[in-house]
Amino acid sequence: MDAEGLLLSLELASGSGQGLGPDRRASLLTSLMLVKRDYRYDRVLFWGRILGLVSDYYIAQGVSEDQLAPRKTLYSLNCMEWSLLPPATEEMVAQTAVVKGRFMGDPSHEYEHTELQKVNEGEKVFEEEVVIQIKEETRLVSVIDQIDKTVAIIPRGALFKTPFGPTHVNRTFEGLSLSEAKKLSSYFHFREPVDLKNKTLLEKADLDPSLDFMDSLEHDIPKGSWSIQMERGNALVVLRSLLWPGLTFYHAPRTKNYGYIYVGTGEKNIDLPFML
Amino acid sequence: MEDLTSLKQEQENQEPGKAGPPWEGKTAASPQSPEPESSEPLEEELGPDIGPQPRSRPPWSPQSKVITSLGDPKEPGASSSPASLQEPSPTPSPLALSREDLVAALRSDRTASVTLEAGTLHSDPLEQSPDKRESTPHHTGQPEANTFQQSQQPKSHVCGSTDVSYSNSKQKELRFHTFQEEDSNSEHELDQLRPGASEAVPSVLDTAIQNAKAYLLKTSSKSGLNLYDHLSSMLTKILDERPENAVDIIENISQDVKMAHFSKKLDTLQNEKEMLPTYEIAEKQKALFLQGHLEGVDQELEDEIAENSLPNVMESAFYFEQAGIGLGTDETYRIFLALKQLTDTHPIQRCRFWGKILGLEKNYIVAEVEFREGEDEEEVEEEDVAEERDNGESEADEDEEDELPKSFYKAPQAIPKEESRTGANKYVYFVCNEPGTSWVKLPSVTPAQIVIARKIKKFFTGQLDAPIISYPPFPGNESNYLRAQIARISAGTHISPLGFYQFGEEEGEEEEEVEGGRDSFEENTDFEGIQVIDLVESLSNWVHHVQHILPQGRCNWFNPIQKNEEEEEEEDEEKEEEKGEEPEFIEPEVGPPLLTPISEDLEIQNIPPWTTRLSSNLVPQYAIAVLRSNRWPGAYAFSNGKKFENLYIGWGNKYSPDNYTPPFPPPVYQEYPSGPEITEMDDPSVEEEQAFRAAQEAVVLAAEKNEETEEDEDDEDDYD
Repeated sequence: MDAEGLLLSLELASGSGQGLGPDRRASLLTSLMLVKRDYRYDRVLFWGRILGLVSDYYIAQGVSEDQLAPRKTLYSLNCMEWSLLPPATEEMVAQTAVVKGRFMGDPSHEYEHTELQKVNEGEKVFEEEVVIQIKEETRLVSVIDQIDKTVAIIPRGALFKTPFGPTHVNRTFEGLSLSEAKKLSSYFHFREPVDLKNKTLLEKADLDPSLDFMDSLEHDIPKGSWSIQMERGNALVVLRSLLWPGLTFYHAPRTKNYGYIYVGTGEKNIDLPFML
Repeated sequence: MEDLTSLKQEQENQEPGKAGPPWEGKTAASPQSPEPESSEPLEEELGPDIGPQPRSRPPWSPQSKVITSLGDPKEPGASSSPASLQEPSPTPSPLALSREDLVAALRSDRTASVTLEAGTLHSDPLEQSPDKRESTPHHTGQPEANTFQQSQQPKSHVCGSTDVSYSNSKQKELRFHTFQEEDSNSEHELDQLRPGASEAVPSVLDTAIQNAKAYLLKTSSKSGLNLYDHLSSMLTKILDERPENAVDIIENISQDVKMAHFSKKLDTLQNEKEMLPTYEIAEKQKALFLQGHLEGVDQELEDEIAENSLPNVMESAFYFEQAGIGLGTDETYRIFLALKQLTDTHPIQRCRFWGKILGLEKNYIVAEVEFREGEDEEEVEEEDVAEERDNGESEADEDEEDELPKSFYKAPQAIPKEESRTGANKYVYFVCNEPGTSWVKLPSVTPAQIVIARKIKKFFTGQLDAPIISYPPFPGNESNYLRAQIARISAGTHISPLGFYQFGEEEGEEEEEVEGGRDSFEENTDFEGIQVIDLVESLSNWVHHVQHILPQGRCNWFNPIQKNEEEEEEEDEEKEEEKGEEPEFIEPEVGPPLLTPISEDLEIQNIPPWTTRLSSNLVPQYAIAVLRSNRWPGAYAFSNGKKFENLYIGWGNKYSPDNYTPPFPPPVYQEYPSGPEITEMDDPSVEEEQAFRAAQEAVVLAAEKNEETEEDEDDEDDYD
């Protein structure tokens, strides 16, 4: 959610039960302002909170002029001092896929993972148990990256693409209408499109190239991994991800208010197919 | 002069005057009427500007009159007049001088008057000349008249013979006028020619402008709009709103303007339909707020305050909010009012806001309620299906000749559910989807439901009658599953500070072998509170105050082996059972007794079962202790030393770091006793059959033989 409208956004996203305490909120308001100035971001988003056993991580993201460019991620333990996280790489994600369980809350904590590796020593081949140390920071980076890639969403029309390449915030975006707000196809993944080329020509003909340049949620696997609800009568549409429980996206139809926040343990819900 | 007179067809004055072409375009000073009186005021106006011209006034006035006459657009001959005017001037030099002076003066005047509103522009040029003459005596209106005339004349240039019905584009006309006048100011010669040219034949520029305008006004065949109007409304909108970097969003603005045309008609209908649910919910919630206005307010108030069955939800919400947990103040207040409504409509002893369970389509708001003594509503007892399935004793089969093999499968006896007010059914739960909608009571939970709920993992859809499709099949629909989960969550996560509750003193009959432990407690009135720091640091300062649910599905152990007693009898904790005497002895299940500290809770694979936090590290002296359950994500408890509260907001599932694997179906059961009737054997081969038949025949023969020997001996010979 945008740091500009933090208070309103928190209020709108409160239906999921998780929010921020008043002290955290106050600290965020001040510190995010400073982050924006220091790092010269175009927009600062408060991404959410990952609950650890000892302490929680508060995550923020900075967006540059081009809205679709990779966002910089920062974390903080006390909502005041922010540290930049390294960008995620493929190896990081693969490496941390073996780590299970909760986050500790200490970025320097190391997970130990024993692997059986075949070691060639001369002519002998034997398996050796290798203990690999994985830092929690790496795990944090890869989890945030995964969540971003799979469930960070924005409504259709909020960003538009210029012919020169960069994506901008659409200043004339006035919100989705009510009928559009209930459809999964009106929401896009906030990332570089992956499936766009796979659409048929017929579908592509209907797309507006300046608005429809990202993947919509319609074809997400598994189907039914999003729960769309209208709260407060029809005044607020809330999407909750069932794949990463804790991700809440809210949007007030016909207004410019929208945003998403993740408050959770940072673990994927692999049991989703059983639970639907 | 003669030429002049020819020009002044409609003019009364016939005096010669060199109304130079400059005057035509800029006759700000030229009087409306050719009459000398009007010229006087005109001269007066110009007086301050044109000092050295008093002497030229007399000759000037006729000039101006001539100018006026020349200004008549309907006089085609006027074009040639200026040219001819200049020739026969008796006093060319002073005239020229005066003319130039006047030009200078007029220029300044004109610019001033041009900016005057063109509101006076309206009527046809045709009418203007008679108007001019008539308005002569109206000297007061002269400045207007000046403008009038001045703008009228340029107008004549512009429209020529075309219609002058420009409704909205007067600003543009003014621009045209200034353009023209300034143009005419620049060079006298040009001016001499221009009026002539424009009046005789519209100039190339004018034609181009007219064509362009006509094109812009062309109505689109598709939409009925024209570009001119669209552009003007768009520019109006931009000028009104003044967005930043308007050029970047000009296309969107254009789209919006177009959409504004069309959406008006459909707006009312569509909006109504869409907003209907919002209004409905608002109506219901309005009813919540108005419920307080009942009759006999005073007495009711006292009653309400005395009963005190409603919890102080707002206070708890405040504390939870310190930790960042909660539903938002407004929503919580609505829930508060909904609870009040619940307590008003049902005879409730105590009520508590249990929490919120999220679902796929709708959510559940759960209230934990304890009815007043003796006010329980009777529940429909569901028939014990299991008992009827007992085939072992069925008598129907015995009538048949061919006895079917009897299965000796006996369904395990269904464990009866606990009586209300005890164990897992200690409280009654009400749910609603949104505050304002009606509360629905959830049925009591049976042990079987709890046992199976432990084996499945499902999301709630939000509809109470939705079926639960799972393996093992859940006996019931979503309301039963919801109730089972609520029971599990309560048993697992409802905690209180140590000492807040204590066992009652009257808990007699403390038998040695009491199973299940004590199940009642009461508030400790002498509770002094525990330091918040202690609450955070040590888990042993918190205890469970809800009974643990045994693997059987009940809180109090029920021995299913009761062959000697009636099967429908329910087990109370005071009753002794026959345990050791039965051959089938089942170990009674024992769980942690009531009021066990949570430090005894099992860890989940090295993860502590509870996470404790201080609500704020910045101001520790006023912070509260907040506990988060790791086993049931979404369960919270807070305490500020004296007060405490539990809350659950989540999806209603237990946490497990491993994947969920559904249980395997059991192996095929040996239902029937194996015997020759059902044992499988190979079909006999042909040889075996023949041998069998032969053997049988032999036996028959032998039997017959025996019979014969016993009978007549005479027949013996025959049977050989």
